[in-house]
Amino acid sequence: MTSSTLLALEAVGISFGGLQAVKKVSFQVQEGQIKALIGPNGAGKTTLFNLITGMLRPDHGEIRFQEQAIQGLPPFRIADRGISRTFQIVQLFGHMTVVENVMVGRHLRTRAGLLAAALRLPWSRREEAAIRSQSLAWLDFVGLQDRADDYAANLPLGHQRLLEIARALATEPKLLLLDEPAAGLDMTETERLKELIFAIRARGISVLLVEHDMSLTMEVADEIVVLDHGELLAEGPPRDIQRHPAVIAAYLGRDWEKE
Amino acid sequence: MARYQRWLQAGVFYLLVALSGSLLPGTYYVTLLNLIGLHIIIVLGLNLLMGYAGQISLGHAAFFGLGAYTSGILTATYKVDPLLALLAGLLLSTLVAVIVGIPALKLKGYYLAMATLGFGIIVAIAFQQMDWLTGGPSGFMGIPPFRFLGWRFQTPAAKFFLVWALVGLILFLSLNIVDSRIGRALRAIHDSETAALAMGVDAQRLKLLIFVVSALYASLAGSLLAHTVNFIAPSSFGFMFSIKLVTMVVVGGMASIWGSLLGAAVLTVLPELLAVFHDLEVVIFGLILMVVMIFLPRGLVRGLLDLWELRRRKKQGR
Ligand SMILES: Nc1ncnc2c1ncn2[C@@H]1O[C@H](COP(=O)(O)OP(=O)(O)OP(=O)(O)O)[C@@H](O)[C@H]1O
Ligand SMILES: [Mg+2]
Repeated sequence: MTSSTLLALEAVGISFGGLQAVKKVSFQVQEGQIKALIGPNGAGKTTLFNLITGMLRPDHGEIRFQEQAIQGLPPFRIADRGISRTFQIVQLFGHMTVVENVMVGRHLRTRAGLLAAALRLPWSRREEAAIRSQSLAWLDFVGLQDRADDYAANLPLGHQRLLEIARALATEPKLLLLDEPAAGLDMTETERLKELIFAIRARGISVLLVEHDMSLTMEVADEIVVLDHGELLAEGPPRDIQRHPAVIAAYLGRDWEKE
Repeated sequence: MARYQRWLQAGVFYLLVALSGSLLPGTYYVTLLNLIGLHIIIVLGLNLLMGYAGQISLGHAAFFGLGAYTSGILTATYKVDPLLALLAGLLLSTLVAVIVGIPALKLKGYYLAMATLGFGIIVAIAFQQMDWLTGGPSGFMGIPPFRFLGWRFQTPAAKFFLVWALVGLILFLSLNIVDSRIGRALRAIHDSETAALAMGVDAQRLKLLIFVVSALYASLAGSLLAHTVNFIAPSSFGFMFSIKLVTMVVVGGMASIWGSLLGAAVLTVLPELLAVFHDLEVVIFGLILMVVMIFLPRGLVRGLLDLWELRRRKKQGR
């Protein structure tokens, strides 16, 4: 393991009842890398995200982030270590405005407790102002600055996905997990998403991406991991994956794009 | 901008209260206004818990009672300074809230409602049964007026001032909490606990925190009750009153601070007007709760505004 390994999974597995959703999966994400995780529906990609972010606890195996074991920690602690995510089925705070959604992302990196808030102490007021301006800056980064005061539930899906990214970035992650960020986007939006993913990496944030849009995946990913029936089928740069016999064999004659 | 509007609203509200306090004749109205004030304090806390954190307590009358009996017993029986007694009540309520809240809030769902329901009933029974301490079902008498820095809050006017000054303080604190990092995190938990956790919000701890805050508000109101009516009885702190409190929150509107003021006021005055129907009080409150939840799920204020908006749009559509 080189010193630039950010995330390492070792023989991670989990089953739901009789179903083994993830079986002994091992791979790594390097610092500054964009890595993609692909595979047919039900392959276990989202489950893997839930394991990494602490929403689920693995039955066996080890998940290390910056050389420290994180499996079994509660999600908010893992977020604090520097892993943030978006959701395949968008999970916004619908009754809150767009900028407030991002402001929740600043929760981790700010301090005002109940007492400071209740008494509106000067330092907590300054902190609140900073939270707002930083959040507006992240909205600007994803291109949603004009929608800041709209309710999140009222945004079109494409904007909601961008908002989830802005909210996740506001937690200052070192690793960002994106679960099908292009699902439901049109071609121009997908093109913009591609630029955004590169811009995120340019800020020194590593990205682990689950995506069914193959052209997007092949263009942005440095490396691809293929999952099938919970098992790691292949791993390598996009070119090799496209030619990989096992991958071709697994997908031959199978429609594994969504729907 | 919105903030200045809030303070303006608060100013107007206070002017109204002060006016009615000084204009209405006799002690009956002042006592009623004080009762409204105490209920507002409890309902503001309960709304933080229900409307913001999305948790229900069916036992808040018990915290009201803990505050009242701690203040009453310590000042009357043991001659403790009222302020110290009030603080002791707050401490006791905090301890109890933590003990009830930790196991109940570990689990997702409405376990807090179950736990507080049971706890509320146990506490009400304790007030009745421990008559060597509480005076039993016939009540506890002879509670001295509140004293603070040499002031004695004995006359109706002084009591009115004490209660409403504290209502103002609690209103100020609540508006600030709602509008802060903590309030935002609570609303986030309510909308999507999964996403809130992923963003680093310690949902369990925050829910417990706000449950304790709501218990503290109720306990404070209880202590004030003891010192303003000077007589307390277990019947005021039973399950029925817990349900009334929940109804006040729902009628006022979940997550609406100003609605809470209205909900508490309306449902405190209503039983006075309907004194004839005393035996039917349970039925009436149950009915109100149902009707509001079905027809005005956002509460009286916003519900009526919505209806009005709907009518206006229909007219324009024609
Ligand atoms: N909490 C759960 N309880 C039971 N079964 C689950 C749970 N979560 C996922 N599964 C099952 O685990 C398998 C993997 O699901 P997962 O959502 O990880 O797939 P995926 O690769 O993300 O698929 P998709 O491309 O459709 O999003 C599926 O068979 C799914 O039904
Ligand atoms: Mg999935």
